[in-house]
Amino acid sequence: MKLILTEQHLAITIKRLAHQILENHIDLHNTVLIGIQPRGVYLSDQLVSEIRKQVQKSNIQYGKLDITFYRDDVHDELRVPNQTNILFSIEGKNVVLIDDVLYTGRTIRSALDALMDLGRPEKVELCVLIDRRFSRQFPIQPDYVGKSIDSIVSQKVKVFWKEKDGKEEVVILE
Amino acid sequence: MSLSTKHLLGIKDLTKDDISLILQTAEQFKEVLQRPIKKVPTLRDVTIVNLFYENSTRTRISFELAEKRLSADTINFSSSGSSVSKGETLLDTVNNILSMKVDMVVMRHSASGAPHFLAKHIPAAIINAGDGINEHPTQALLDAFSIKEKTGSLDGRKIAIIGDIMHSRVAQSNIYLLRKMGAEVTVCGPPTLIPKYITEALNVRVNYNLRQTLEWCDVANVLRIQLERQNQVLFSSLREYNLVYGIKRHMLDEINKDIVIMHPGPINRGVEIDSDVADSRQSIILQQVENGVAVRMAVLYLLAGRGSENN
Repeated sequence: MKLILTEQHLAITIKRLAHQILENHIDLHNTVLIGIQPRGVYLSDQLVSEIRKQVQKSNIQYGKLDITFYRDDVHDELRVPNQTNILFSIEGKNVVLIDDVLYTGRTIRSALDALMDLGRPEKVELCVLIDRRFSRQFPIQPDYVGKSIDSIVSQKVKVFWKEKDGKEEVVILE
Repeated sequence: MSLSTKHLLGIKDLTKDDISLILQTAEQFKEVLQRPIKKVPTLRDVTIVNLFYENSTRTRISFELAEKRLSADTINFSSSGSSVSKGETLLDTVNNILSMKVDMVVMRHSASGAPHFLAKHIPAAIINAGDGINEHPTQALLDAFSIKEKTGSLDGRKIAIIGDIMHSRVAQSNIYLLRKMGAEVTVCGPPTLIPKYITEALNVRVNYNLRQTLEWCDVANVLRIQLERQNQVLFSSLREYNLVYGIKRHMLDEINKDIVIMHPGPINRGVEIDSDVADSRQSIILQQVENGVAVRMAVLYLLAGRGSENN
């Protein structure tokens, strides 16, 4: 097990990502933030609370997207769906998709399909905490990256969150 | 996470975890059904045949809609107008359909046990959409989903099932499910329409008095008098049945709480339930139908995943 981000480091990284998103979307007036269920939501919750400190609360449109029904591996592994909770229209909006780890890109592909069924966004960007470089199976690249790492297939990158796992850090499991 | 069974033949075979998983999955499908685009691509590579050997409106439309909302390909079959009238057996019919590469079979049949027979002989996943007087599992699941949605939980809830218990597959499936999930059940109806040893066999209370039953319960699930399954006279007339066991407005007004009224449909207005009750705000009959699609989507989703796991 190799530690990539400590709790303190993680908090600073999330702050930086929040500022980077704000830099590109001043005021967030036509921007919506969408966390991908289940584990992307822990990151998006924290990002949103950081962003709330900077802009007027009423300007933030934040939702959660479950992609279970859009996966391309329904027959290999059955997953229990989580809640999709998007109470606003994404038609013509700038969407920032938020997930914890970007690896093969398949989750994001499914998320793009799921998004299209909710409307036609103006633009979609991707924000991830960890980018596992050189392991993509689809032409998908993130716009905001917490940390890029090099890893091999047999390794697993795990992000621990306080709410869920009792500690907050990022590790590579062999 | 997956179901403990490859087919949905009856609630009897499901575990408590299976039922919870189906209800939990259905909640997410209900959200899908409220979107502007009410469709997900989940089962786009699955072909499902709906075999209906017995009449149906709700169940058939509900299954077909659930399949379409999941992007599955569907074929509809009804025994009238098919080669069944030329003498083809059930197994031959199904095998012929399966040779055209069908993954799942949804079946309704007037003979109890017909889907269990099929499950033994064919490789496809089978969903029972009602077999004779045995079970109607998806109806029980959607009833449970509706009760949970309306009242918060099933555990400890008091449910009355009123009417023709003897001939009702809905009653049997509901009793299995509610007892597994910790609800209390009382069945109510004329003694001739309630099986003699039901208390011992299914662990439910029996009360022949409608008023006492309504006073006891939180939810009343009113069943249809199944004239098509009764080959002898079990009560004198529909009018008399209505006088003694029909749910009437004044009865509900006289008890001190708001009970929830359910009915699996089709309703015989003025027989088991009066129109002003069926259409009142206490009734969740149309919500039951709405929930039916989400629950069936959940069942199809959970079984389709397992079906091809074994291939």
